[in-house]
Amino acid sequence: MLPALPLDEAGRYVAAAYIVFVVLIFVYVAIMASKLSRIEREVVELADLVEARDRAAAAATEPERARETV
Amino acid sequence: MLTTALGLVFFYAPLDADQGFVQKIFYIHVPMAIVGLCGFVAGGICAVMHLRTREARWDMRSYVSIHLSIILAVGVLVTGSIWARASWGHWWVWDEPMLVSFLIVFLLYATYWPLRFSIEDKEKQARYASVFAIVAGAFVPLNFAAVRMAQQFVHPQTLATTTGGMPPKFALTFVVALAGITLMFITLCKYEMASKHATFRLRALRRRLAGDDDFAATTPLRSAAPQL
Repeated sequence: MLPALPLDEAGRYVAAAYIVFVVLIFVYVAIMASKLSRIEREVVELADLVEARDRAAAAATEPERARETV
Repeated sequence: MLTTALGLVFFYAPLDADQGFVQKIFYIHVPMAIVGLCGFVAGGICAVMHLRTREARWDMRSYVSIHLSIILAVGVLVTGSIWARASWGHWWVWDEPMLVSFLIVFLLYATYWPLRFSIEDKEKQARYASVFAIVAGAFVPLNFAAVRMAQQFVHPQTLATTTGGMPPKFALTFVVALAGITLMFITLCKYEMASKHATFRLRALRRRLAGDDDFAATTPLRSAAPQL
């Protein structure tokens, strides 16, 4: 086995290895977070679509109800 | 758990007599390698379940497990190279069986996405990917065993039994780091699966709302990801 590196030199390598680990996890979580925000946007879109559909259905039934009361 | 592991690595575990401070890399490198390889095997087991049951959720589990294991494998290769540079003076050593075998496993699994993407029919895609995951998953422990049995030992043996194993302080730190990375792997698997489930449910809902006329407009683009 080779002799141990001095602390100042070894420290850089150890820091680099741990930074690689943190960066990998950070990038993965960031990508997943962006996907999650896209899902959130789609949920809002779909909610708007459902609301618009309900309004259209309500508007279609309104004249019929008015005619019945007359 | 990971924070505890980091605390133990830097404030509890003593310096290695041979390698000194550089040995601290092992507490992240080896658990990532073990969890990554187990993830590949788990991907193979899920693939077996997929072929047996034909349920899409097993294909999804296999896909997510392999996906995360590939990410860990990238970490293993990079941290291993950093350690090799600090310890051996080279970023990569081609005549070292452990390094080369791990690279082969990594490259093998790197073909998983192109394979999935190349098959348009989702049913076929899931089936072929499962067969691949089983064969590759079986190759992983065989490969590991072959390397352990090799005569030329240059790569340090973290889990060696012939040399008496690790001293208690090293062992405790290692076990906590391994548990931390295992839990992180499971959490990220659940996170990714929940995200994919939500995406597919939304897509199905959009299709229902858009009606059959707009089906073509809402059909997802060709993708390597499994469909539920």
